[in-house]
Parts: sequence; structure tokens; C-alpha cells
Amino acid sequence: MRNINAKKIVDTVADLCVKANCLLRQDILRKLKLVYNQEKNIRAKNALKAIIENARIARKEKLAICQDTGLPIVFVELGQEVRITGDFKKAVLKGIELGYRRGNFRESIIQDPLERGKPAYKGAIIHIDITRGSKLKLTVLPKGFGCENKSQLKMFNPTATLKEIKDFIVNAVKSSGADACPPYVLGVGIGGSADYAGFLAKVALLKNINAKRTAFERDLEREIGKLDIGPMGFGGKITCLAIKIESYPTHIAGLPVALNLSCHALRSASATL
Amino acid sequence: MKKIVSPLSQKDILALRAGDEVLLSGYIYTARDQAHKRMLENLSRGGELPFDIKNAVIYYCGPAKTPKGKAIGSCGPTTSKRMDAFTPFLLKKGLKGMIGKGNRSEDIRRLIKKYKAIYFLAPAGCGALVSRCVKKVAPVAYPDLGPEAILRLEVKNFPLIVGIDAQGKNVYRF
Repeated sequence: MRNINAKKIVDTVADLCVKANCLLRQDILRKLKLVYNQEKNIRAKNALKAIIENARIARKEKLAICQDTGLPIVFVELGQEVRITGDFKKAVLKGIELGYRRGNFRESIIQDPLERGKPAYKGAIIHIDITRGSKLKLTVLPKGFGCENKSQLKMFNPTATLKEIKDFIVNAVKSSGADACPPYVLGVGIGGSADYAGFLAKVALLKNINAKRTAFERDLEREIGKLDIGPMGFGGKITCLAIKIESYPTHIAGLPVALNLSCHALRSASATL
Repeated sequence: MKKIVSPLSQKDILALRAGDEVLLSGYIYTARDQAHKRMLENLSRGGELPFDIKNAVIYYCGPAKTPKGKAIGSCGPTTSKRMDAFTPFLLKKGLKGMIGKGNRSEDIRRLIKKYKAIYFLAPAGCGALVSRCVKKVAPVAYPDLGPEAILRLEVKNFPLIVGIDAQGKNVYRF
């Protein structure tokens, strides 16, 4: 057994919150620069230039990349040989509060979805997975809600064709238009159950967007490229920076497909203890 | 690039076309979901709006907190469409300009034309960049809403693109 003190978790989560919100992921930045160099449409090119410049300013001045510092989604991979001394969940929440305060981030979380009330730093979604070994991996993904609002779930019949699934995904991006800060990164969860497909779609956003694409991902990219939405909605082929699909076993009676859209400011940071 | 000042003049608005790039200076008011809801509740009870809305510009924005030594934190636009349900009442009261991101409903496009108002797009998802254009911030109303409170921002050369002009022309085709 290896002991990890909850205090160490507080500090790590706090650091990850600051890092995720102020330093744009290298894979995203790399792709943005690539498409900037390829873009011919002047308005779209200027929008990409502003996005890249914004990332530079945020990094240099320790400002949040986006004022919507999101709902923090925390992914935990806890090695089964690890023993946490102290209260684990409290430590994660405390780390978030500390990090968000330190970064002067926005208080965007309300305690009661119906009553609303004054927003604060209190709250996060925590996904915990037990893994082999004696390490603890923490990932913070601050999810902005302009794009989270565009999420969709469809429970297809098991006999649905690939084309039907593709149309559903392409139409979801189409209906998002310019509202959720394109160019998007599209996370797709296929299989599992209704809730698990949604989780998979979120997990897909953690993948390196420049990693090798599957044939289906490439096909979707081509179709979405035809929508002519483009950066900030100004047209062109760059409506999505990447499409990432995660799949999982499912039931003979169903075929859940969930979409989780991310704006161009896809933020996440990880640390392993 | 055209330079314009807020509060807006009708002449400036009429001279702008969808797709034009402008630099806006002057005073604008932040308001997003809850502030809109509350302004409307106040109006429906016979109350007043918390600022002079005649020729005013509303910025759909809830900024991050202000770091030490800065005028404001990250402060990009939020999705405008969520404000569509409230906008008709404000246009009727004299609102002339709106700044946000994404498209508006067909109803709002028609009303922008009717009231000879204008809708601008701010650099979406670029809150750190936009923060450089904000020189001063003053609280106006609803501090209990936290980041959704109404603030008056003094901006200089805020880079915008005309989304919907006073003729009802829209930069977006979808």
C-alpha cells in the first residue's frame, strides 16, 4: 500500500485548475496554427489569428483563456494499491476552490439548478476509476457551457445504419452553428448506456486531437467540413479541429450515441502522483 | 476599420453593414441571462431599468474576476441566442446595440431592422484578448448575481464585426 495525503491532492488539483484554464493544450494550439496557415478565407483567418493571440496573452498574463472557466470535470484514476489519508472528495473540491480563487476565475457554479442563487466555486463532476498499481492520476477539464449546451444524446435502434448515425452527428454540429465558438472539437460516445455514452463523449475530449484518426472519424470530418460554418461562423472547411470517438459494449436492443461539443478553447490538464 | 462610439448615434448605425469590422469605444453594459430576466421582471412591475438604455449597448458577458493590477479579468462574449426572449422589450425601450457571439433568431433579426438597431460579434472565446480593451469597470446593478451583475465597462477600440445591421442583413447564412 502506498499512502497519499489528501493535502497533496488539494494542491495538485489547485495547480491543475490554473494550468488548464490559462495554458491552452499543446495539441489544440498546434492544430490551430496548422489550420491558420491553411485558411484562405480572410475573415476566418482573422478569427483564428485572434484565437491564437488570445492563447498567447492568457499564457503570458496568467489570465483565463475564456471567462467561462467552466464546470470542472475531474477524472480520477486511482491505483488499487493507493490509500488516501484524509477525505478524498473533499480534497478535490477544496483543490478546485483554491485553484479557481488563485486564478481569479469566474464563479460559475450554482448550488440549486432550479433556485439558482449566487454563483460560487463550489462544485465539480468527479469521475472515479479504479486502476491497477500504486499511482493516482488526476485530470481537470473545465467545461464551458456555451458548448456543453449543444450536447446531444440519441438512442438509436440497433439496426441503425452508419449513415443515420453520421447524419445525427453532422446535424448536431449544423444546429450549433456559430453559437458555441467554432472551430469545435467533437467528442462522440457510442455504445454503453444513455449515461455512459455521455461519459464516453466527454472522455473523448481528453484524447490528443492530433493522434491518428479512424476511418469513421475522417469521414465525419469530411462531412462536417462541408457545413461551411468555419471559425466564428465565417465559413470555410475548419468547422471542427477534430472528431474523437470512444466506443463501448452495449445491449442487443440499442445503440446509444452521445455528443459532447467543445469550443476551440478545449482545456484540460493532468498530473500523476 | 471604422471607429464608433457608444452610446451609439443613429447615423453611425445606419452607415454600418453586416460584415464590417469596427472598433468600439465608450461605455457599454454587461448583462446576461439572469440580469435580463430581472430587468424584465422589474419592467413588468412598472419599475425602471438600472441604466439609461437610450442608444445604449449591451454586452452579453459575465467576466472572470479581476486580477490585481488589471482593469478586468477575461471577458469574452456569451451565446447571444439565450437572450433572444428578452431582447424585444429592451429594443422597445431604446436599446440600440448588442454584442455577443453566434446567431440570433429570425424574430430578433426583424426587430433589429424595425428599431434600426445593430448586433455586433465579439471575438468568441477570446476573453483574455478582449480584456485588453476594457479600461474601467463600474458596478451598476444586481451585485447578488455575482458574475451576472450589470457592470458598466469603459472600452477602447473593442474589435467587433457587424453581425446584423440596421437593414436586417445578417453576416451568417445559417
